Amino acid sequence: MSLVVTRGRVIDPANATDGVQDVLIADGKIERVGARLPVPAGAEVVDAAGKIVCPGFIDIHVHLREPGHEYKETVATGTRAAAAGGFTAVACMANTSPVNDNRSVTDYILAKAQDEGAARVHPIGAVTRGLLGEELAELAELAEAGCVAFSDDGKCVMNAGLYRHAMEYTLPFGVPVISHAEDTTLCHGYAMNEGVVSTQLGLPGAPAAAEEVMVARDILLAELTGAHVHIAHLSTAGAVRLVRDGKARGVRVTAEVTPHHLLLTEEAVRTFDANTKMAPPLRTKRDTEAVLEALADGTIDCIATDHAPHALAEKEGEFDHAAFGIVGLETAVALLLDRLVRPGLLPLATLVSRLSRDPARLLNLPGGSLAPGAPADVTILDPDREVTVDPARFRSKSRNTPFAGWTLTGGPWMTIVGGKVVRL
Amino acid sequence: MRWTRKHLLTMRELDASEIVLLVDTAASLQEIATREIKKVPALRGKTIVNLFYEPSTRTRTSFEIAGKWLSADVINFSASGSSTTKGESFIDTAKNIAAMSPDVVIVRHSSAGAAELLARTLPCSIVNAGDGAHEHPTQALLDLLTIREKKAHFDGLHVAIVGDIAHSRVARSDIHGMRKLGVTVTVAGPPTLIPPFVQELGVKVSYRLEDAIRDVDVIMLLRLQHERMTNGLIPSLREYSRYWGLTLDKLAKHARPDVLIMHPGPVNRGIELAPEVADGPYSVILGQVAKGVAVRMGVLLLLAGSKADAP
Repeated sequence: MSLVVTRGRVIDPANATDGVQDVLIADGKIERVGARLPVPAGAEVVDAAGKIVCPGFIDIHVHLREPGHEYKETVATGTRAAAAGGFTAVACMANTSPVNDNRSVTDYILAKAQDEGAARVHPIGAVTRGLLGEELAELAELAEAGCVAFSDDGKCVMNAGLYRHAMEYTLPFGVPVISHAEDTTLCHGYAMNEGVVSTQLGLPGAPAAAEEVMVARDILLAELTGAHVHIAHLSTAGAVRLVRDGKARGVRVTAEVTPHHLLLTEEAVRTFDANTKMAPPLRTKRDTEAVLEALADGTIDCIATDHAPHALAEKEGEFDHAAFGIVGLETAVALLLDRLVRPGLLPLATLVSRLSRDPARLLNLPGGSLAPGAPADVTILDPDREVTVDPARFRSKSRNTPFAGWTLTGGPWMTIVGGKVVRL
Repeated sequence: MRWTRKHLLTMRELDASEIVLLVDTAASLQEIATREIKKVPALRGKTIVNLFYEPSTRTRTSFEIAGKWLSADVINFSASGSSTTKGESFIDTAKNIAAMSPDVVIVRHSSAGAAELLARTLPCSIVNAGDGAHEHPTQALLDLLTIREKKAHFDGLHVAIVGDIAHSRVARSDIHGMRKLGVTVTVAGPPTLIPPFVQELGVKVSYRLEDAIRDVDVIMLLRLQHERMTNGLIPSLREYSRYWGLTLDKLAKHARPDVLIMHPGPVNRGIELAPEVADGPYSVILGQVAKGVAVRMGVLLLLAGSKADAP
């Protein structure tokens, strides 16, 4: 069974390719990339003229909510949202119910993904049992079961001694520990960023320092242990400085940024719309500028959505009682193309790299490349497509987005996973 | 000047002429309290719901009396807790009340933004009677009415607001209202009770009571909640009252002889305010309460009265 994607502009940062090429796929793998390839007999042909053909996009920070919170999202709906948004693979966080802190939960997620997944699923195991921050989860067995990283995301492991042990213990597995960097003693009960807007709105604030204190700690622990620590949803200019400094000193620290921390500031909270409430909170213009600069220069390694589905009832009430987080899989690519690439703030090739090659390298995932033999995961973009974000049309079970009504030019056009076009 | 707004949500959104209209309207309604029959027919046939999610005596009663003197039907709905506690969510409760077609819903809630949320959700007029640490516009209006009566004008006045600014909706509404009318405002308290970047609201900041009260026309004291101590924001009530409690001695030494002492209540006697000061000649605290009814009558009249009734 073969498939040829013809006449598209192929951007493949892992192989330094940028030009009009054909991509030949056979048996679920990339067979060849080149100009005017002969089409094998019986092959399906996708005419991608005017489109942009990229290695499949990978979102390493997603909450699929299954098992336990299926009213928000499931593996089936979450991966359909991923494929609709141009992602061929996601890594899912461990804060399910039960928590993914033991092999049976990992097995369950992988089985669900095998049966119902529209995109690849890479589970992330918990660092601590029950995400309680008290005892290590069975990390070796989780790694063996297929967990690609460890994280208590949603919670910060406040016990530095325990976190150090987690980093040391996981060294032989070659997978990173992902930090939700937020010192809870500095931001207890917060609803938004601490600053002039929180003062005006009378909402409890989380200072940038609550994040930066933990980023600093985790960089020091990575230096101490030699482990790879990855900072999830980095959001402040100060945290950028710390990561930049850590990298310059050779510490194995990497970081991701979300589309909302690139595109929105605390000003959005003035509406008291709970779809502007997330952890970490939306920051200031200075911070969005710093994370964008860091994304462009590689200090921040990749983009991840922190796709966090919640039911309407969890988001429609009082701001301070609302759940944290927003969905991101179905809006990320279009937002980034329209708001960063189109105005010239980020080169297209850099965006493609930060969504494919770089996250794949970071978690040692297959994919992120169109080299012969690589899995045939391909994301095709339409640079001219204009869409207005309509949450009612999301494939996700949840609708919690602050981007409803935004009109965006450019977006995902076709998603190919394992050599097959995903049809939703 | 005509009133055009559907809701009264914040002082921040009002301009100076709107604030003056509200204060003038309240001033003109004060004499109703002195009548033998305290009732005018302005809001006959209108329904007003007091939706109170926090315990409140003075504000709820004040709105209730204001509505009744204007001949509206006033219904009190007190709910404890919020959507996080067991039972119906705030939005569901509000929608149920809206289904009974009130003209005005007055809301008091512990969450900042609760009034905005209702204004976005319900078809009727909304009055914010205090939302978390955000705003309490009718309190600011009655403070302004009190000050104008005593000082005759706002020009060149200087007000010190002392105490827990960080958690105070009264402070925020007062700051917006006063600054728009040209009043100089100094906020004072221990740094842990001063919110970050408060200077950007156009106020001065002082960390010493003696400096803050020097040469001001009005001292507004705020209630200190006891939980500020357990949160580690102040070491003890004893230390707070020693450095931040206003006593006759400190007044005599540092303040002007014609200074006004105000407090939105309820007063922690002996903590932020010595009893002799609260009951003394400088104090206009009970006058504030009396003005509260007139202010709320004015607000209800402007929001729910027919255009012909507006002054």
